[in-house]
This record gives sequence, C-alpha cells and structure tokens, in this order.
Amino acid sequence: MAGDDERIPVLDVRGVTKTFPGVIANEDVDLVLHEGEIHCLLGENGAGKSTLMNVVFGLYQPDKGSIRVRGEQVQFTGVGDAIDHGIGMVHQHFQLIPVFTVAENVILGNELTNGPFLDINEARRRIIELEDKYGLAVDPDAKVGDLSVGEQQRVEVIKALFREAEILILDEPTAVLTPGEVDEFFGVVRSLVDQGKSIIFITHKLREVLAVADRITVLRNGKVAGTADPSTATQKSLANLMVGREVVFQVAKGDAHPGDPVIKITGLRVEDVRGARTVNGLSVEVRAGEIFGVAGVEGNGQRELVEAVTGMRPKIGGTVEILGQDATKMSPRQITELGTGHIPEDRNKHGVVGAYSIADNLILNRYFKPPFARRWLRNEAAIASEAEELVAQFDVRTPGIHVAVDNLSGGNQQKVIVARELTGDVKALVVAQPTRGLDVGSIEFIHNAIIALRDKGVGVLLVSAELDEILSLSDRIGVLYRGRLVGTFDGADATREELGYLMATGAAPESEEAAS
Amino acid sequence: MSMGTDQRDLEPSGFRLKVQEAFQLQPVLVPLYAILLSFIVGGILIALIGVNPFEAYWALLRGMFGSKDNIAASVARSVPFMGSALALAFAFRAGLFNIGAEGQLLVGGVTAAWVGTWAWMTDTPAIIAIPIILLAGAFGGFMWGWVPGILRAKTGAHEVISTIMLNSIALFLVRWIVNSRDPVILRDLEASVPRTEAISDTAELPTIIDSQPPLHWGLFVMLGVCFLIAFVLKRTTFGFETITVGTNPHAARYAGMSVDRIIILAMAISGACAGIAAASEVSGTNQLFQPGTFALIGFDGIAVALLARANPIGIIPSALLWGSLLSGAPLMQQEADVSIDVVRIIQSMVLLFVAADAIVRYIFRVRGEAEAHIKASTTGWAGQ
Ligand SMILES: Nc1ncnc2c1ncn2[C@@H]1O[C@H](COP(=O)(O)OP(=O)(O)OP(=O)(O)O)[C@@H](O)[C@H]1O
Ligand SMILES: [Mg+2]
Repeated sequence: MAGDDERIPVLDVRGVTKTFPGVIANEDVDLVLHEGEIHCLLGENGAGKSTLMNVVFGLYQPDKGSIRVRGEQVQFTGVGDAIDHGIGMVHQHFQLIPVFTVAENVILGNELTNGPFLDINEARRRIIELEDKYGLAVDPDAKVGDLSVGEQQRVEVIKALFREAEILILDEPTAVLTPGEVDEFFGVVRSLVDQGKSIIFITHKLREVLAVADRITVLRNGKVAGTADPSTATQKSLANLMVGREVVFQVAKGDAHPGDPVIKITGLRVEDVRGARTVNGLSVEVRAGEIFGVAGVEGNGQRELVEAVTGMRPKIGGTVEILGQDATKMSPRQITELGTGHIPEDRNKHGVVGAYSIADNLILNRYFKPPFARRWLRNEAAIASEAEELVAQFDVRTPGIHVAVDNLSGGNQQKVIVARELTGDVKALVVAQPTRGLDVGSIEFIHNAIIALRDKGVGVLLVSAELDEILSLSDRIGVLYRGRLVGTFDGADATREELGYLMATGAAPESEEAAS
Repeated sequence: MSMGTDQRDLEPSGFRLKVQEAFQLQPVLVPLYAILLSFIVGGILIALIGVNPFEAYWALLRGMFGSKDNIAASVARSVPFMGSALALAFAFRAGLFNIGAEGQLLVGGVTAAWVGTWAWMTDTPAIIAIPIILLAGAFGGFMWGWVPGILRAKTGAHEVISTIMLNSIALFLVRWIVNSRDPVILRDLEASVPRTEAISDTAELPTIIDSQPPLHWGLFVMLGVCFLIAFVLKRTTFGFETITVGTNPHAARYAGMSVDRIIILAMAISGACAGIAAASEVSGTNQLFQPGTFALIGFDGIAVALLARANPIGIIPSALLWGSLLSGAPLMQQEADVSIDVVRIIQSMVLLFVAADAIVRYIFRVRGEAEAHIKASTTGWAGQ
C-alpha cells in the first residue's frame, strides 16, 4: 500500500516538536496516515509516542510544527477541537467511570438530550448499532466496573466511534489483553479499517506490528528513526531500528542449579475481594536458584496467589514458608525483611507513588533503614546517590532523579519498580507481569537481570500472562487453573501448544498431576 | 541500552528543575489572587450599602496595623489559629480530614488549666511549670485526636463523622466540668461565669506587649510547632510514611508501612497541635480556662489550613492574615459603620475562591497544572 503518496492523507503531522522541562519529548516529527490504513508507531519507552499522540489529540500544544487533517491545517486548543475533526483516542490508561453503565460512559461529555432529559434510549440504540457494525460485543447496560479489561477497552473504542471518529489513536491497547482478547481486538480493528476508518496503533509487540500494520514509523529519543514496510521488515530489523543496536530475542540462560526451597506453599486457599475462593489448595515449592513460572489464563487466581505470598492478602487456609520461616501470618514488611522482592502486577496502585520523585520511589520499601535513614531522619544524600546509581544501572530515561514518577513514560515507571525490587538483599523474588508495557530492549535487560539473580541463588516465582515470557525464563512451569496447579513441566520441555491446551481446559495428563 | 545523549545532556543533574521549583510562584499565586478577589467583591458589597469601600478598608487596615498595640493584638489573635490549622493540615497530609480541632482545643485547654491549678505548681519554677502546662494541653489534644484515629483504623468509622461527634462531646463535657457546683469539679466558685480557677503564676507564659488581647510567648511556641511539624513532614521517616499513606495508601501498605498505626498517630499528633495552642491561650492570654474563648477557633483553623494548602509554614502567614482581619474589624465597624460580619464574608469568600481555584485561574490567567494532570492519566496502562 505504501508508495502511492498522491492521495491526500487523512492526517499529516509535520515537524512537530514538543518539550517538557528538561526533556525534548518530540523533535521535528513527521507522520502520515492514509485513509483506511493501520499505521503502527513504534519506539522505546520514553521515545515520545504517547506525547506525539497527545499532541495530535489536542491535549498538548506543540512548540513547533503543523498538523493537517484531510489537507486542512488545524490548530487544536483542546480535546474538543480534535474530536470535532473526527479524531478519537483510546489512552494507555482508560478514562471510564466504573459506577456508570456502558451507555452512560459513552454519552458522557456528549449527552444526547430530549428536552431537559438525557435520552439514554436513543444512545443505547446508537451504541447497539455501532456494536453490530464493528463487532464490538458489550452489554450497554452493564456497569463498567464489572467489565473485564478487554470489554472496557471496547467501551473506549465505542466512545470514540460514538463521537464519529474517523481517525482512531490506540495507545498500547494490547498491553493489558489476554492472548484471546488480542485476537478479538484485531478482529475489531480490521472491521474498522474495512469501513474506512484510519488507525494509529502503538504497541511494543513486534509480532502484532507485522501482523496488522500497513505502515510503520519508529521513534527514537523523540525523533523519527525511520519508517518501515511491514512486507519486508522483520522483528529483528524493527527492534534494531528502535533501539539502535542488535537485540537478542532469545535470552541466554545456563542450566539451573536448584538448592533448598526458598518459597514453600502448601495447600494455600485465598479469597478475592468479592469473597470468591480463587486460590484453592495450591501447593508449590520454589527452590533457590530456579525460576518457577506460573502460566494461566488471567483470572485463575494469579493475583490472589501473589498477594497472599507477599502478605498483602489474608489466607483462608494453608501455609507459606519463606526461607524456612513460617510466613503465613507475616505482614508485608516482615516478608520484605526476610529478603523477598515483589514486583506487583498493578503498577500505579501498588508499585509507585506517582506524585513522589524517582528517588523517593526507589527507597519506598527501605526508607527506614540505614543508610537512607539515620534513626528517624531521612538521609537525603544517601537517598540521592542510591537513586543516581539505580537510574543509571537500570537506564531509567529521565532528566533527573527528582522528577515525579507521574511524568515518566509508562515503561520507565516500570523500570523504577524493577530497579527497587531487584536490588538490595533479595533471596526470594515474587514477580508479576514484570515486563508489561516495556520495549524489547528493556525486556531483554530485565530478563537478564532476573536470570542473573537466579544464578546467584535467588528463588523466583514468576507470574506472567505472556506465554513467551514464561517459556523463555522458567526452569519449571506450573499451569494455574481455577486456583490450582494442574500440571508442572520442565522449562526446557514445555511447548506453547501443551501449555495452551492445559491453560484452556485444565485437564492434566495423568502422569503429571499437581505440585512437585 | 544506549542513553540518548543528545536529549539527556540538556539537564545532566536536573539542577535547573530544582531552581525552577524554588522560584515557583504558582502555589502562592492562587491564594494571593483569591484574597485580592475577595476584597474586590467585599468592596462592591460595602459600596452597595452606601459606604465608600476605600474608607472602610482604610479603617480596617488601621484596625489591623495602625498602632503598635493594634499590631500586637492582631498577632495575638492569630496565634491560636496556627495550632488549629496545623491540626487540620497534619492529618490532611495523611489523607485524613480532621475537623475535630474545636473539640481538641477544648480538651487540651481544660487539661492544661487543670494541671495549671495543681497546688504544687505554685512552688515550681516557671522554667518547669510552663513546659508542664504546655505538654498537658498537648496531651489532652493528643488523646482527643487519638480516639477518632483508632476508630478509623480499627473500625473504619469515618473521621469526619467521629470528629464532629467528639466536638459535641468535648463541648458538653468541658461545660459540665467548669459549670458543675455539685460536685465541684474545676469550677471557680467565686466567679459569676463558669470558668476554672486561675492557674499558678509560675505557669503563665510571659507577656511581650500588653495589648488587648496580650501578645505573649505563645507566639514563639506556636511558631516553633509550625517549624517542627514542617521538619517532621519533610525530613523524618515518619513524615515520609505519613505523606505516603496520604498520597497512595495501597502503595504504602505494599511498601510495608503500617497504615493503621500511621492513621492513629497522625490524628493524635493533629490533636496535640490543637491542644498545645489551647494551652498557650490558657497560660498566656486568660490565665484560666473558659470554654467560650475557644469558640470557632477550631473551625476557622480549617479555613486557615486550606488557605495555606496544608503547608505548615504557609500556615503562619495564613493565620496572621486571619487573626489580623478579625482583630481589625471592630475599628471598621466603629468608623465606617460596616458590620464586622463583612470581614467574615470576605474571609469565607477567600476560602471559596481557593477551593474553586478554576475561577481565580480564569480571571487572573494563572497557568493551570492542567497538563500535569493529563499526563498523570495517560502514562501507564489501564488501571485494572
Ligand atoms: N507531562 C510531562 N512532564 C515532563 N516530562 C514528560 C511529560 N510527559 C512526558 N514526559 C517525558 O517525555 C518523554 C516521552 O514520554 P512518552 O510518554 O511520550 O513516551 P512513550 O513513547 O509513550 O513511552 P512508553 O512506551 O513507555 O509509554 C519521556 O522522557 C517522559 O519522561
Ligand atoms: Mg506511552
């Protein structure tokens, strides 16, 4: 499709520059989107993708540069202008109100009225029409808070379509979806394109890019590093363009030399927030110097398992032993002090205090210990020097350690958490979705860091929705199904197919019944 | 991972960021404009009742700062607000809304007066007696803040409801204590109005200027408390815990902080701030305890703290403004025939404009933090 550039693009971004204090987020960026195309925007964490899209969507005003929509020069002073020009955006972070229904959320800010009253029925009718047209199945009367992440995302898409968006910006839509949901999502994207919509799609997953893109633009350090043609590009070539060097996709990993158990879970039973028993009699041993991967479809007890082991959630039954000590009733602080690191699944809720500086976030779980504290006093010098060191070591892209974490790009926020949890005196590591939202280079880095810890004798419990991540890191793999491990595999022998089948059905081959 | 030198080298140390931060007028700008705006609206109000607003304000200004005595009186009126404002501010930083300063003042005040009337206090040198009476006040307030703290932490009872209730309980309790003749609890039987006996001379904070009300050493006590609280919040690990709990309690728990303990302590320390202010009044201004003298000081403290945006140092100018206005208003009433209530209206408007800062930003074109807010909601993936 590329090449026939005589057509007037639906969106033509020229020479856009956007700076923040101390950061050039975009520098002289060009981007051309043609009608009915999917244009993938790639780039490392902090490369400036979200910023560029926020400029196009009218959230930020560019310092320099021009934007044309269907040939018409535009200057947006706010989101309203962008919407009026037929631009819709689904943010990395959803903007829905959980206590409202789908229909209410969709019409929010664009209320259909019938005299002084909301015309919710008319809205429902139009929503159902849109759903049929594009294959976006969601119940318009369901409360958004009760929907799965995938469904919430569809609501966001419906919201944009309801406002008659012709250009849709999707910022990392697939980062939060399960593999099944990703397939459904691409179905929707294709039907959108078939009906003449044009799409800008941001993702870190190169496989997805090659599957759906019509055109690819790669950003690096805020500038366009190049464009690529999906018919000729490979994952490797894209990664090289993004990072500016060779990226190794297969992590190099020596044999494991497992020692004594560091985390020993016996007959664990845990309830989720609604009181449903989501972990039901789970037993597993993670030994020193090995990575135990927990595979499974999301919602089979992963979250509760991790929270129970790290002391964040009470246990209904069973025991947890960490480094030989009974940790069943321990508080999060006591468990950390045993030498446990924990990368939480929910970055913004648990992992960081967004308003705090990078430095303060890096000591969030050890602020009370020397050298960061002298008795009751904070030792600012020690805190700063630790931060400088970790920021350099983990390559957090920031103008300084005093920048608020809220101002970092999504992937760099994750690096802050990883830096904090992988350093210090860790002997056991509980890791949930460690590389969600990270670029290929950072994934490689974090995987290597986890493996290095394993080689130093740390026992790692890894929970991930990415089967590839589980397969490439784990020494042993357990499949979690309805709160139990239904099969344990040797990391070297397991195959995608085998695991996938077990994840979906929970039917374990007789010989490989539960636990180790 | 190569570091993109071209853009990172711009700010090798983030030094400029720091400098920019230090000279940030933004946080002060909105309150200042809010004050200006309120006076303009107040002026229109005064003009509407047929008085020249400039004359009225001139009288107000002279009432506030027209003479040495007026200045002293203005400052003296302000001192207790520092304590009651801190009571809100400290809890606020822990994410709690303590509107119980009113009750915490009363309990702190009565405790201080009770201790101040102990017989042996008369034989105790001032250097010991004064700290004792101040600590007694702090202790009374501490306990009265600890109760809603523990209720919140252990039963989930919302602190707004429980502090309102505790205000009423405190009011009737101290009234009974100083009213009752049979049995006599703390009432001064000779006095015609309900109040305690005078405290020991040795427990009195020395007067600086004998204005009406007198300016006494309580000023330095409360300034000290403001700086102490600022220090605790900024420099201690406990302050770090407090603000973390106030900003993101989930992350605090995840980081191993004991959220319950911090909630209880924050409420209790808040109460202690009010209590020590009450003790300073008992000891320096009245030399006895009379419940009526504390009316509204707690509630005005909420306003003072919000005007200062819960910043313990910001509370100092904020309280000074508040107290001076109240102190200057009578002269405006005398000379320009404008009711004292107009000052109350202006004060309330200041608060209204601070709360609805969008109005102020719009009128005075103060650049908003809008972009920062947007950013906060666009990084990271969907919160599940
Ligand atoms: N409001 C802001 N204030 C200061 N700096 C900002 C702000 N928003 C973004 N930045 C900086 O601009 C750069 C680009 O950020 P952006 O969020 O666009 O990256 P991204 O490409 O979307 O990364 P990711 O893949 O991690 O989401 C980063 O260095 C970030 O720290
Ligand atoms: Mg982004």
